[in-house]
Formats: sequence, structure tokens, C-alpha cells
Amino acid sequence: MKQLLNNRHPYMFIAPAVILLTLFSVIPIIVALVISFTDMNLKGLANWSAISFIGLENYKDLFSDATFIKSVFNTFFYVIIGVPLVIIASLSIALLLNYGTSWIFNTFRAVYYMPSITNIIAVAVIWGYLYNTEYGLFNYLLSLLTVDNIPWLEEPTIAKISLIILAVWKGIGINMIIFLAALQGIPKSYYEAAEMDGASRLQVLFYITLPLLRYATFFVTVTTLIGWMQFFEEPFVMTDGGPLDGTISIALFIYQEGFRYSEFGYAAAGSFILFAMIIIVTVFQFKLQKKDTDL
Amino acid sequence: MATATKRSKAEKSLVILLLIVGGVLVSLPFLWMISSSFKPENEVLAIPPTIIPDNPTIENYINLFTSMNFTVYLRNTIIIVLFSFLGLLFNAMAGYGFAKYEFKGRERIFYLVLATMMIPGQVTMIPVYLILNSMGLTNTMTGIILPGLAVAFSIFLFRQFMMTIPDDLIEAARLDGAGEFYIFFRLIIPIAKPIFAVQGILTFIAGWNSFLWPLIIANDESLYTLSVGLSLLQGQYANNFALQMAGAAFMVVPIIIIFAFFQKYIVEGFTMSGIK
Repeated sequence: MKQLLNNRHPYMFIAPAVILLTLFSVIPIIVALVISFTDMNLKGLANWSAISFIGLENYKDLFSDATFIKSVFNTFFYVIIGVPLVIIASLSIALLLNYGTSWIFNTFRAVYYMPSITNIIAVAVIWGYLYNTEYGLFNYLLSLLTVDNIPWLEEPTIAKISLIILAVWKGIGINMIIFLAALQGIPKSYYEAAEMDGASRLQVLFYITLPLLRYATFFVTVTTLIGWMQFFEEPFVMTDGGPLDGTISIALFIYQEGFRYSEFGYAAAGSFILFAMIIIVTVFQFKLQKKDTDL
Repeated sequence: MATATKRSKAEKSLVILLLIVGGVLVSLPFLWMISSSFKPENEVLAIPPTIIPDNPTIENYINLFTSMNFTVYLRNTIIIVLFSFLGLLFNAMAGYGFAKYEFKGRERIFYLVLATMMIPGQVTMIPVYLILNSMGLTNTMTGIILPGLAVAFSIFLFRQFMMTIPDDLIEAARLDGAGEFYIFFRLIIPIAKPIFAVQGILTFIAGWNSFLWPLIIANDESLYTLSVGLSLLQGQYANNFALQMAGAAFMVVPIIIIFAFFQKYIVEGFTMSGIK
């Protein structure tokens, strides 16, 4: 073992991946932090001497930028409505799927997972058609119930809700699989004992199944929350942040500042505010979880 | 006992009924996509819409290749998928290195790898673009492929799996005079087949669906992937929903077929990774 200690082999094995990660994940963090204190833009890209340090100017500007404030508000709107919906929907479906093991249940597992592996542009194309005010299927079905046309993507608040529906549809799959794996890890003997004691279905659900899913629920909540705070693809492909910035999220704001207006420094500052918000929310959840297990 | 089985039978029917209703709701967009993709252009705008096309046609699918450059997009997408498998190999090698060797700085480097998982994509997006720009790699295939090759989560999963391979096995191969790379390719990879299956499917799906990075990096249409091409189609043929649906189906159906065959591995993969 001693001679292996200075062997070059382990380094040869890890080198390709670690070098790539360093170049495209570690160094970029440092670069982002540095440029967030500069006024780097398209001019600075061509000529580095045109870049100057402006301290916390970008961060200050962000908090007086109406579009940024709106994007923060929208992101909270998405998170507060979307995250509970995804968790409840994926948990309910996992509970139903866990009921049996025959081919029917396997088939439905695949059906519910499908949206989560579907390409986002294909999703945008399909849902754009479904949501279309004149020719869309949704408005046609509603017209059968004599409901007036709904402007799915044309009114700021309705558009936000439309995007949430789409994102919940797409977000169920992966969380459902995690819940299902956790459900299958619960020993059968617990259920048998409960049945022997004459526990009702609801009692089993609330006093055995849900408490034993605590860790899976925590994991799903943390990852879903992190994911939804970075809500990006849905408004990007469906509405481009419109109408009237009604659907713009923080992540989309960063993208637009960076790649549409080439305000690299400003966008980098925005991304660090988002990063800080994610860390605060995540730490807060771990604190809550600790308290919960202490009790 | 008889009432108990009766109750559970009724209960099972109710569960299946709920699953069917939910399943139809979830797959409605897919069914509508397939149905509309076979409709001629005038039928797709008809009110009331037809559920099954009156005059089914495959014209929309042919148009993807004749009026759009889907051949080019398909080629680029396949190139990206193939290279992402090279990335998969890199990740597996790194996972093996972290799992089965003792070396200086192992813990520290591994924690660094794990830390990169927590960084939101928006933070690194702009610097990665700037780095590629300074390397002169914007608007090149290399620039599209390179940033996505190493995936921290994949390295982590490979390491977790490789840890379970007994050291004695590797030691025995060394005593027989096998070289380190020979051991990795001939002994470790066959043992690690299950994890390669999961990662292989996920890598394929990610590569096939890759959109944002090609969109940022590629200026020339000759570098577009299927998703970028599809979003171009959506812009150019905004009211030809039949053609749009054919394009979407062309992207979605291969993934669904592959997933239907391999879904068992994906579910097992999550159980394997210890998320419980």
C-alpha cells in the first residue's frame, strides 16, 4: 500500500473529470464573484482594460431595479404555490402506485414519469398549442362546459399559474420515484402489526407511512425548493418573461441581463443574490428539520 | 375474512381507477401531440377539433427534413450524445479513482467535487461563456460539448457503487500482473454494469435534450441541436401546429421508447444511490 501512495495512477483516473470540473465549475465561481464587482459588458469582453471595479454598485442597483424586484416577487409566487403542489401530487401518486405490483402499476409508473424526461422545447411546443387561446384544446374543452376563453398566457397572474401547472406536470416524475423507493423500504411487518391491532387505513397512513417517509419528504422538499427557486426553463420557453414581466423569474432575469443585454457584471451580481437566497432557505430547512427530530 | 377480501378488491379497483384518470390527464399532452402530428395543416386548426385525424398524413414528418434542416440537427444531437458517453467514461474513471485508491488530497478533492453540485447553473453560466470565449471556443462544437462532460453527481454515484467492489478482487488481478487500466476496463466495468446502465440512460436523455448551452454557444445553424431547431421551427411556423407537433414527436418518441425499455434500471438506480 505504501508504494501506491505516490503512484501516479489514481491521478490519471481522476484527472480528466476533475480538470473539466475545475475549469467549468470551480474557476467560474471565482470569475463570477470578481466580475460581479465590475461593470463588465460587451465592451469589456473585447477589451479588458475597459473594465473597471465599481464595488457594490451592481448589488445596490439591483435592489432599485423594478424588473429585478418583480422577478423576486414572481419567484416567490412560483415557489409558494408550486412546491407544495409538486410534493402533494408526487406523494399521492407514489402511494397509489405502491398499492400493487402487477404490470398495471409498472405501466402507470412509466406514464407518470414520462413528462419529467421530455425535452423542454417539445414541452413548450405542445403546451403552447394546448394553451393557445383560439385553437387550443383547453379552451375548446372549457367551451363545451360553456366557460369563456381563458387567456392562459396573456394575463400576468393567469400566465404564472399556467406555468406552474406545466411545471408541476413535469416535476412529478422524479419525486414520485424517490417516494416510491422510500415506500418500498418500509418493512411489511409494520403494516401487519397495525392490521392486527385493527388500525384503519387512514390511521396507518398518518401514524405509520407518513412518519416513516420523513427523510424522503425532507430530501424531496429541499431539492424541489432549490429547483423552483431557480425556476427558469418554463418562462424562458413559454412566455420569455412576459406579459409585462408578469412571469419573469430571478434566473430568467439573470439570463436576460447576461446574454441579451451583455451586462455580465450586473448579471453575475444577480446570480450571487440568488445563490445567497438558496443557501439561506436551505440552511433554514435543515434547522427546522433538526428541531423536528429533537422533539 | 370474506368481507376483508371484498373490501380490498373494491379498494384496488378504486386505486386503479384513480391511476387511470390521473394517467389520462398526465398523458393528454402526449396523445394530443401524436394525434395532431398526423393531421393536415387545415384540419389541425378545425373547430371543433378531431380527436383522431380524418385524413391522416405523414407529410408533416417529411416536411421536417425537407423544409427544415432536421438532418443537420439530428447529426449534431447524435455527436453530442456520443461525446457525452466519453464524459460518462471520465466520470466512471474518477469515481473508481476516488473509491479504490489512497492518495494525497483524496478527501479534499472529493469534497470539492461534491461542492460543485450545490452551485446554481445561473452562477456559472456567464463565466463559462467568458472562459470559452477567451479560449476561442464559442460557436464551435467543442465549446458545446466540453462544459457538460464532467458531472459531479455522476462521479458521486459511480464512487458509491465502486466502493462496494471488494479490494481483494483488484489485488488478485494485480498479483496476476494486470495493469491498472487493464483492471479498470476488463474487470471493473463488467462488474459495474448496473450503474453504467442507469448512468448511460440518463446521459443519453440529457444529451438528446440538450438545449440551453447549444443555444448560447452556437450562432451558425449548422451547429444547432434538435431542441434548438425545434424552437426555431416554433418561431418560423408559429401557426402550423401540425408541423410543430411532428417536430415535438420526433424529439419525444425516441426517449419514451428507450425509457419504456429501461425504466426498471432507472428505478433501481435510485434505490441503489441510497436515496430512501
